[in-house]
Amino acid sequence: MLDFPRWKVWLVIATTVIGVIAAVPSMLPEATRDKLPGWLSKTHINLGLDLSGGSHLLLEADTADVRKQQIERMEETIRTEMRRASPKIEISDISTAGGALSFMPRNPAQLDQAVDIARQQTNGIGIGGQRDWNVAVRDSTRVVMTPTDAGIKYEIDSALETARNVVAKRIDPEGTKEITVVRQGADRILVQVPGLQDPEGLKRILGKTAKLEFKLVDLNADPNEVAAGRAPAGSQILPMQQGGKIAVKRRVMVSGDELNDARQDFGQNGDAVVSIKFNNSGGRKFGRVTAENVGKPFAIILDNVVISAPNINEPILGGSAQISGSFTVESANELAISLRSGKLPVALKVIEESSVSAELGQDSIQKGVLAGVLATLALVFYMMITYFRFGVYTTIALLVNALLVLGLMGIFNATLTLPGIAGFVLTIGAAVDANVLINERIREEVRRGRHTIQAVEFGFKEASTAIFDANITNVISAIILFWFGSGPIKGFAVVLALGIATSVFTGVTFTRLLVAQYLQRNRPKTLIL
Amino acid sequence: MHPLKFVPDNTNIRFLSYRWWALALSILLLTSSVALVAINGLNWGIDFVGGQSIRVTFQKPVNMGDLRGRLEGLDVGDVVIQQMTDPKVVSIRIPLEGEATNPIGKCLGQGIGKEGQADGANKIASTVRAELVKSYPGVNIGAVNSVSGKVGCELFSTGSLALTLAMLGISLFIWFRFEWQFGVGALVTLFHDVVLTFGFFALTRLSFDLNVIAAILTIIGYSLNDTIVIYDRIRENLRKYRKMEIEPLLNLSVNETLSRTVTTSMSLILTLSILLLVGPDSIFGFTASMLLGIVIGTFSSFYISAPVLIWLNVTSDSFVQAETPKGAAERISESFPGQK
Repeated sequence: MLDFPRWKVWLVIATTVIGVIAAVPSMLPEATRDKLPGWLSKTHINLGLDLSGGSHLLLEADTADVRKQQIERMEETIRTEMRRASPKIEISDISTAGGALSFMPRNPAQLDQAVDIARQQTNGIGIGGQRDWNVAVRDSTRVVMTPTDAGIKYEIDSALETARNVVAKRIDPEGTKEITVVRQGADRILVQVPGLQDPEGLKRILGKTAKLEFKLVDLNADPNEVAAGRAPAGSQILPMQQGGKIAVKRRVMVSGDELNDARQDFGQNGDAVVSIKFNNSGGRKFGRVTAENVGKPFAIILDNVVISAPNINEPILGGSAQISGSFTVESANELAISLRSGKLPVALKVIEESSVSAELGQDSIQKGVLAGVLATLALVFYMMITYFRFGVYTTIALLVNALLVLGLMGIFNATLTLPGIAGFVLTIGAAVDANVLINERIREEVRRGRHTIQAVEFGFKEASTAIFDANITNVISAIILFWFGSGPIKGFAVVLALGIATSVFTGVTFTRLLVAQYLQRNRPKTLIL
Repeated sequence: MHPLKFVPDNTNIRFLSYRWWALALSILLLTSSVALVAINGLNWGIDFVGGQSIRVTFQKPVNMGDLRGRLEGLDVGDVVIQQMTDPKVVSIRIPLEGEATNPIGKCLGQGIGKEGQADGANKIASTVRAELVKSYPGVNIGAVNSVSGKVGCELFSTGSLALTLAMLGISLFIWFRFEWQFGVGALVTLFHDVVLTFGFFALTRLSFDLNVIAAILTIIGYSLNDTIVIYDRIRENLRKYRKMEIEPLLNLSVNETLSRTVTTSMSLILTLSILLLVGPDSIFGFTASMLLGIVIGTFSSFYISAPVLIWLNVTSDSFVQAETPKGAAERISESFPGQK
């Protein structure tokens, strides 16, 4: 046990040195870190939001809405394709109830042709040859299209991926901040913004899908029918921002997808407005529609609410326009940001929010570090008066252990949270226990009349089974915590797992090396501990 | 100068003779814990029941009644206001209105929380924040935490699952490394420790949140540590002294490891006390429960883990036949001339 071949000595030393060096970048302020020589890895420990201060939002996508949209889009496609077919297929009795799209060709003879066209609108998903829609015929008259599970999953997945990109763009248009926007599970997006103390603005920006549409107002609609919520064919009833309802044509003339830019600006009366610039095709469409409809009102619709319906006084050919509503400078600016980043394919709602101010985080770090230093000093003192020379070895092992945990966390770019600090203190406890077990066992063996070298050898050997068993149980806890835990608990589990590994290394291998060196050099007759 | 020793050499306390008293004490503690949880209830953190907690630092100490009046005027539900040791710092807790304050019935009984209230918590956070900023200029909102009922349920069920799985996993491991009696002993010990920890939280009304799950798992880990050290020694002694009765053998094992138990517990108590006194107050509950866990864990490894082995009829045959080749025990005792 105590014979260390030369290579093993160097292996232990090398491991220790590398681990300790890896801890260095994490302990330096950022400015100093950048000046480090290039050969030194600069990966370092990240501070969790509870320590650095910042906001954390967990957003959940409305998946029911995604499914609804999927069916609505297919309805549009089917209407267009049936119209385009030659000969044209007249369809009627279109239903989108019950999570499926169904319709009837007016002429039953065209049923097969309609099914063929419907089939052409479906796509294969993945390599399994599965389609995204099932097309079936019911009662030999009706075509029923149902999205498959795989199709729904694909739709939700791509909606969330787009939403993630839009969210990232809205929060950080330049892409320079250290924000985190990641998918979590099937329908969630996690947003973390370090340094942001008040997430209210963020919540407002992310709370809008920002779907902008321009549609013509249906002037022929009967006001009484509109008030009752019944729309004429080809039109729909939408609420107005100022209150009341209005009928607009279903057809979208121009949409927010064709914007190049959006800025907060001031209108003629000095009120806050949003100036938008269309791209080429958007500008052309907008010019044509305004030219054809001079004197008629045009509805500007945001997220299915009509924010204003001004009259078209003259054709607008420059490709830019202004949206005025009852905006404040702030809300106009937020809308501009949302429009620039594109619309969210699905509505998101905040289901979890936490924010910590930088001062509170700083306070936690200071107190945590102070507690850590004091606890270490107290332990060192206690170990030294209990085990003398062996207590010194224990102390060295403890310090190396602490540095190794930091080093490993640095290498893995792990995040240190408040519970992580607690985990750190606990692994120091585990490291102490390993050393205590060994030292007590050596005492015991000395008491039984063993010679120094034999006593030390037995002490390490007998104690290591208990150390091994005890640490495996901690590993089991750590793994389960990591698997099921969320956020801060995960941070705790990571530190615990790393700490267990390093404490076995320092407690058993590293200390044994120190003791072996001492025994070889000094050949003591008796052990004082 | 001599090294410090709290436990003199060759200490021989007959711990196991008191096992019936200890059992009575354990049963008393277990029943009172269950009663406390049933009557007092746990102070569920908003992690589990949904709602928000806000930590605010005012410019100067504020009138609590005044603050309470303002917040209740917002009509956001029950407001729990608590002043910290620093009178300028106030913690505000608002559980979700209309939701049960006990996640067990809510999450397990009626399925996941209602969809309609999923973002109710979040709106309230915005309302309260706006009111505080308006009424108390210069206020510093230190931390806001808001969780919807649905997420609360998820956190609760994954937390309970993690706890159960960890206990089972650890017991299985001990069964595998030792014998089935030891596995049962460990499971009973863990159960004992967890129930007492719940009782502690019901008694002190400390907030029972997500971090506490981590604390309980750590308590389990440490209690297990003690148990395993003693079990390891029992296993060793069972092989060494094949003729010894089980009770003196357990006493011997506990005494032989006593010095280690005391030293380790002392160093942990030292470390945790410092963390409790100067550490960040957001982990106060965590540290407090850990401290208690060390005491419970040491007690239970002496008086639950060890006596269970008597009650389950462990003898030296449980090991020697199964794992050591014939004659090994004799060889071991020969190499210890000082002992029999």
